[in-house]
Amino acid sequence: MPVLAVVAAHLVLALCLPGLARYHRRLAFGAGAVLLAGTLVWAVVQAPAALGPGVTDSLEWAPELGLRLSLRLDALALAMIVLVSGVGALIMVYAAWYFGPRSRDAARSAALLVTFAGMMLGLVLADDLLTLYVFWELTSLTSFLLVGQGGQYRENRRAAVQALLVTVFGGLSMLLGIVLLGQLAGTYSIPEITAASTAGTLAPDEPVLLAVSLVLILMGALTKSAQLPFHPWLPYAMAAPTPISAYLHAASMVKAGVVLVARLGPAFAVHAVWWVPVVGLGLATMLLGGWRALRQTDLKRLLAFGTVSQLGFLMVLFGAGSRVAALAGIAMLLAHGLFKAPLFMVVGAIDKACGTRDLRELCGLGRRRRGLAVLGTLAGLSMAGLPPMLGFVGKEAAYEAFLLEGGVRGWIVALGLLTGSLLTVAYTARFLWGAFATKGTRPTGGDPVPLGLSLPAWLCALTGLAAGFAAPLVQEIAAAYARPLPPLGDPYAAQYGLALWHGIGLALGFTLVAVVGGLLLHRYGSALTGQAKIPGISAQRGYEAVVTGLERFAIALTGRLQIGSLPVYLACILITLIVLPGPVLALTGALPESQEPYHSIMQVPVGLMVIVAALALTRARRRFTAVLLVGAVGYGIGGLFVIDGAPDLALAQFLVETLTLVAFVFVLRRLPAHFDEPETERRVRLPKAAVAAVGGLLVAGTAVVLSGARVLPPATTDAFVAGAPQAGATNLISAILVDFRALDTIGEITILLICAAGTASLVLATRYDKKKGGTVVDSGSGSPKHEQEVLG
Amino acid sequence: MTTSRQYDDTRPGGPAPAPEETHWSAWDQPSGRWMLPGACPEPRERTLVLEAAARLLFPTVLVFSVFLLFEGHYGPGGGFSGGLVAGLAFVLRHIAGGADDPGSTMRIRPPAVVGTGLIISVLTGLAPVLWGGSVFESAKWRLDLGELGYVDLVTSLLLDVGVYLLIIGVVLDLLRSLGSGIARDAARAGEDGPPGGGDR
Repeated sequence: MPVLAVVAAHLVLALCLPGLARYHRRLAFGAGAVLLAGTLVWAVVQAPAALGPGVTDSLEWAPELGLRLSLRLDALALAMIVLVSGVGALIMVYAAWYFGPRSRDAARSAALLVTFAGMMLGLVLADDLLTLYVFWELTSLTSFLLVGQGGQYRENRRAAVQALLVTVFGGLSMLLGIVLLGQLAGTYSIPEITAASTAGTLAPDEPVLLAVSLVLILMGALTKSAQLPFHPWLPYAMAAPTPISAYLHAASMVKAGVVLVARLGPAFAVHAVWWVPVVGLGLATMLLGGWRALRQTDLKRLLAFGTVSQLGFLMVLFGAGSRVAALAGIAMLLAHGLFKAPLFMVVGAIDKACGTRDLRELCGLGRRRRGLAVLGTLAGLSMAGLPPMLGFVGKEAAYEAFLLEGGVRGWIVALGLLTGSLLTVAYTARFLWGAFATKGTRPTGGDPVPLGLSLPAWLCALTGLAAGFAAPLVQEIAAAYARPLPPLGDPYAAQYGLALWHGIGLALGFTLVAVVGGLLLHRYGSALTGQAKIPGISAQRGYEAVVTGLERFAIALTGRLQIGSLPVYLACILITLIVLPGPVLALTGALPESQEPYHSIMQVPVGLMVIVAALALTRARRRFTAVLLVGAVGYGIGGLFVIDGAPDLALAQFLVETLTLVAFVFVLRRLPAHFDEPETERRVRLPKAAVAAVGGLLVAGTAVVLSGARVLPPATTDAFVAGAPQAGATNLISAILVDFRALDTIGEITILLICAAGTASLVLATRYDKKKGGTVVDSGSGSPKHEQEVLG
Repeated sequence: MTTSRQYDDTRPGGPAPAPEETHWSAWDQPSGRWMLPGACPEPRERTLVLEAAARLLFPTVLVFSVFLLFEGHYGPGGGFSGGLVAGLAFVLRHIAGGADDPGSTMRIRPPAVVGTGLIISVLTGLAPVLWGGSVFESAKWRLDLGELGYVDLVTSLLLDVGVYLLIIGVVLDLLRSLGSGIARDAARAGEDGPPGGGDR
C-alpha cells in the first residue's frame, strides 16, 4: 500500500518534528522539506500510471459501515501534488529561515505544516467521499491550529475561529450531502458515482434529493474556497505568519473546494443545480475579490483578496464542465500556486527587510533590492496573465473555452472573466507599484534578504516561467483530467491544447484589453476604486451578526436556565422526565399480570427502612441528618440487592454509598448546618412537593412497568453466560464489564475521570488563579508586533 | 502508587526523632512516617483511637482491595469495587491523619493516577490489534503450578487494573479537592470551627 504509506509518513514525521525542532530548528523544517520533495518525486515517478488508469490503494477501515480509506493518484491529484508537495517543500525551506532562532512557534509550526501537508495529500488523493470528508475536516482543524498560532493574540484567535467556523459549517453540510448522495448511489466511491451519473443511472427517480445533496456538498466547496458570501475568512486568516499564509492560502488549503468541484465536476456539471451556483458565485467572487484587492494597503491582504478572486476564477473553470475549460482549470490551478506562493514569500521578505508591508510606507525598494523586484515582477506577470508565463497559457485557454462555447452563458462568462482579468492586472500593478516603486522622498530600509528567503521564491517563480514554455507537459496532465468531459463546439475545440502561442485571435485580443484596461485602471482609477463601496452590505458584518446573535441567544438561554438555584435545576430535570416519558408510559405501559408485594420476607423490613428514611428525609432540618438519611436509603437498597442475590451490585452500592457520605461530609464543613429557610412559604413548598411526588411515582411506575415489559427471553444473556468461561471468568458480571462490554466500561471510567477533573478544577481553580498572579497576556491586535515575535 | 517507599523510614525530609531527644510533650508523636503525618496535628483535632485503627487497617484494607481486584473474575469484586475499597483506605487515613497529610515521601498526583488507569485500560483494549486480533479481544493462559494447582491469567485483568487505578485516583482527587482543598480554603478564610460548621 504505497499511497497510504506516503500519507502516513507525513504523520509519523510530524510526530518526530517537535523534538527535532528543539534540537535544531532549521533541521526540523529541512526534514519536512525533504519528505515533501520526496513525495513530489514519488508522484512524478508514478506519473505515467497516474495519467493512465491511476494508482489506487485502499484500506478497509470499518467494512461493516462501508468505511474504507481509499486513495487514488490520478491527473488531478498529480497536479495538486505539484502544489501541495512541491511548493510545500519550498515553503518549508522558506519557513526555516523565516522563523527566528528564538521563535517559540517554530517547533509547533514545523510539525503542523507537515501534518497539514499529509492531510492535504490525503484530501487530493481521496477516491471515496468519506475518505475525502475525513481529510477535509482534518485540514480545517490543522489550519485552525496554524492560523491560531499560540493563541496569544486576539487577532490570530479571531481569524482562526472564523476560518474554522466557516469551513466546518460548510464541512458539516457537506457531510450531510455526502451521506445523502452515498445513500442515493449505494456507494461512496467517487469513480462509481461518476460512472453512474454519466450513465444516467444515479437516482433517476429522485431528482430532488439528488439536487439537495449536490447543493449541500457544494456548501463545503464554497466555504472552503472562500467563495461569495463566505469569502471574508480568507483575508482575515492573513494574521498567520507569512509562510503559513503562503502555504495554506496560496498553494493548498483554499484549493480544497476547487479540488472538490473538479473531482465531482465530470459527474455533475450537466446538472444546473451544480454549475449555476459554482459558475455564478465563482464569477461574482472573482469580480468582488479583484475589486476589493484594489483598495487594500497591506500587501498581504491585497494578495489575499487576489487569492479570493483567483479562486472564483478556478471555480468558474471547473464548474463549467467542458473540456477546454477543464484544461484551462488545471493550467490556472498550477499557475496560481506557482505565482501566489512566491508573491507571499516576497511579501514576507519585504516585511522582514523593512519592518512593514504597508504600501503607503514602502518606498524605493525596487532600486535597493533589485533581485526581489525582478522576482516579484516575474511572479506578478504570471498573475496578470502575460506571456510567456503559465498564467498566460491558462488565461488564454479560459477565454477560448467560453468563446468556443458561445451562446448566452459562454459570452456572459467570457466577458465576466475579461472584467475579472482586467481587475487582476490592475491589482497586480498596484502590488508591484506599492512594493517596489519610489513614491515618497524617504526611502524605507531594506536589509539584504537571506538566500533562504529568496531562493525558494525564485524556484517557484521560475517553475511558473518554465511551465509556460513547457505547456505541452501541462497539457499532458490537463488532457488526462479532461478526458471524460464533453469537447463542446467544433473540431477545433476538440483538438485544442494548452500552448504558448495559438496565433492571433479573439482570446489574444481579450488579453490585450485586460492588460491595457487594467493598467489604465491602476493609473487613473484611484478615485473610482477609492470610495466605491456598497453601503450596508458586508459579508464580514453578516458573519459577525450571525456569530454575535448566536452568542446573545446562548447567553439569554443560559441566563434563564442557569440561575444558580439547585431546586430549580432539579425541578427542570424532573419536569422534563415527567413531561417526556411520562405520557408515553401512561398511554402505552402495561402492568405485569401478577405483581407480588414481595418475594422474600426479608424485603419487607429493608424496604420499610428505605421508605421511612426517605420520608424522614423530607422532614430533615439539618444538612447532616439529611445526608445520613440519604445514606440509609442507599444502604437499604444495597441490602435489597443482597437479598435478591446480587452480591456484586450490593458491594458496589455499599462502597459508593460510603464514599458519597464521606464526600458529603467534606463539603458539609463549608455549608451551614441547617437548611436555609426552615419554614418556606406554602406557595413554594406545594409545587416542590407536587413535582417531587409525581417524579417519584413516575420512576416507581416505570420500574414496575418495565419489569413486566420483557416478554421474550433476552437475546444476549445466554450468549454471555455461554461465553463467560471462554473469557476466563466464572463471575458473569465481571465478564460483562471487562470482556463483553469493555468499551462501555472504558466510556464509564472516562466519565469518572472527567467528573474528578471537573470537581478538582471547580474547587481548586480560585487558588490557581491567585497563584498565577497578575501576568497579563498581551493580546494586542497589531500584527507587526506579532510578526516581530514570530521572527524572533 | 504509594508502594515500597511508603515503608521507607529513611526519607531525607523529616528528621526521625531520636529517643534521647524526645520531649515529654511530644512522646506520642507518630514516628512511623510511612502512614501518618510526621508533624503532629493539633491536639484537639486528634483522635488516638482512630489513628491507631488507621495504622492497623490501612495496609490490611489495601491488601484486601488487591484481593478483590483479582477475585473479580470468580466472585464479587473486580476493579471497581477493589478501587473503591482502596480509596476508602485512603479516606480513612485522610480522616485520621488530618488535612495536610504528606503521607509518604512520594507525592502522588491524583490526576496522574487517574490518567495512568485510563491509559492502561485503553491500551489493553487496543493491544490485541497489534497481534492481529480485534479491539478488546482477550486471551487466557493457564499456568500449571504442579501441586499448588493452577493460575489463570486473563488479559482482561489488565483492563480491571486500569479501572482499579482510575478509581483510586478519583478518590484521591476527591480527597485533594474536597478534603484538603476545602479545609485549606476554610483555614485561609479564618474559619476553623469544628467539622460540620456552625450556623452562619
